[in-house]
Amino acid sequence: MPTVDFEKIFQSKIDDDQKIEPLEWMPDAYRKTNIRQISQHAHSEVVGMLPEGNWITRAPSLKRKAILLAKVQDEGGHGLYLYSAAETLGMSREEMINDLHAGKAKYSSIFNYPTLSWADIGAIGWLVDGAAIMNQVMLTRTSYGPYARAMVRICKEESFHQRQGFEALLMLSRGSKEQKDMCQDAINRWWWPSLMMFGPRDSESTNSDQSMKWKIKRKSNDELRQNFVDMIAEQIKTLGMKLPDDKLKWNEAKGHYDWGEINWDEFWEVVKGNGACNKQRLDARRKAWAEGAWVREAAAAHAEKQKKKTTASAA
Amino acid sequence: MTLLPGLLYLADTTLILSHRNSEWCGHGPVLEQDIAISNMSLDLIGQCRNFYQYAADLQGNGATEDSMAYLRTGREFKNLLAELPKGDWGFTTLRQYLFSQFQYLQFRQLSKHKDERLAAIAAKSFKETTYHLRWSREWVIRLGDGTAESHARMAAALKEMWPYTGEMFMTAQPDEALGLNLAMLQQEWEQEVKQVFGEAKLDMPHGVFMHSGGKSGRHTEHLGFILAEMQYMQRAYPGCEW
Repeated sequence: MPTVDFEKIFQSKIDDDQKIEPLEWMPDAYRKTNIRQISQHAHSEVVGMLPEGNWITRAPSLKRKAILLAKVQDEGGHGLYLYSAAETLGMSREEMINDLHAGKAKYSSIFNYPTLSWADIGAIGWLVDGAAIMNQVMLTRTSYGPYARAMVRICKEESFHQRQGFEALLMLSRGSKEQKDMCQDAINRWWWPSLMMFGPRDSESTNSDQSMKWKIKRKSNDELRQNFVDMIAEQIKTLGMKLPDDKLKWNEAKGHYDWGEINWDEFWEVVKGNGACNKQRLDARRKAWAEGAWVREAAAAHAEKQKKKTTASAA
Repeated sequence: MTLLPGLLYLADTTLILSHRNSEWCGHGPVLEQDIAISNMSLDLIGQCRNFYQYAADLQGNGATEDSMAYLRTGREFKNLLAELPKGDWGFTTLRQYLFSQFQYLQFRQLSKHKDERLAAIAAKSFKETTYHLRWSREWVIRLGDGTAESHARMAAALKEMWPYTGEMFMTAQPDEALGLNLAMLQQEWEQEVKQVFGEAKLDMPHGVFMHSGGKSGRHTEHLGFILAEMQYMQRAYPGCEW
């Protein structure tokens, strides 16, 4: 009897750039890696609503308030698509949320930094969403079908957010001295953390090799980070602001910018839970979930009663 | 009579309601509803901007939607007493229902106003409110009927909120400016509310004392804190563009 080598078929599909779909055979580790990555991505969207949500009630104009609220709402929508994509791999949204609240699942460390001024809202749109897009554009071609398709939609909205963030900073950069200072201060505080968003250096990244082979990732952390630096170093000229890095300089020979060194101690401290807002963010999520418990129970109870009524009247 | 006091009343009411709903963004009981309430808050901001822009045009002297929202004092705000803290999900959805039911009828009447710009804004707002009404009505029924706990919470929310609904139907300067027939609105509102409360197994309150003052700028203590927060940037950095 001929044996079927599922793993070989799977890898040849990947090598052939075909998408892997929910009901197809896949190695356990591929499934687990995708669940981990997609749910982590979903959690990041939802936790990411908090630092920006922090300024909704204080937005400086009605137009900015509407833009910000729509943006934060979009992030919630991204969370939804991503949880749904992860659910196709066999883990329920509730289980994923429980893992987040138990501290077992991670979310992007960037959201553990505080939003201290209005300019932070612009800086997050421009730098944080900008960094996220580098990663997400790559993920529109990731090998797991539902994840790739969710990313196509998310990328469209994210690039809109990035332009909005940049435009908000542009207004500040053309405004009063206080507005310019606020703008520069936000860039100073968000620049290095946004570079950290790409993860550890390639030489220290534990998940990278296998993920590249399975085409979950298609570019390395360092490659993406360099692309981001090259993009932002050009865009900042329009703002007339400075990136807080003395070593930033165009390197003609490489065709890329040279730049300084990330403070990796800070990176690992925040990952370990010692960022300014780690506790606050997770507490806010846990609180919302706990306070919503009676609402979810009541909704389920009402739905159940309605179902019984319908069945009774149909009988 | 100028429409101005009426426009400010409509704008302020939608703004304050939007503010309270927006506090849920990122904190809702489940992601779908977090998105829904944020969306409603966004609709309400859109409505208040339309009313403020019209009011600013009538006022002239360089008034803008932002000077109206951000540079008036609490005594100048003419909103209904929609400023009570958001409370739990039951309180928020109940308040939204009682207001949506009112706005639904109010905007419907205003969409036939002889002033074309007002009628157009009201017609657009009416469409959005139709959805708000459906959504909030379903929540009141769901929670009133759901579990013993949700029922008790809704009964408590109703006891707290009900005394702030009477002013909707007390004729004051803004209503006169808008030419609203409040008696007709009240009758239909009570009929609808009674029916929804029936489905939600909630008792329709009777003979309760009704607070008033919002339409003439005498608010609860909560409004001052909303404005302190909302107007902070415009007050701290006067004359800037954002």
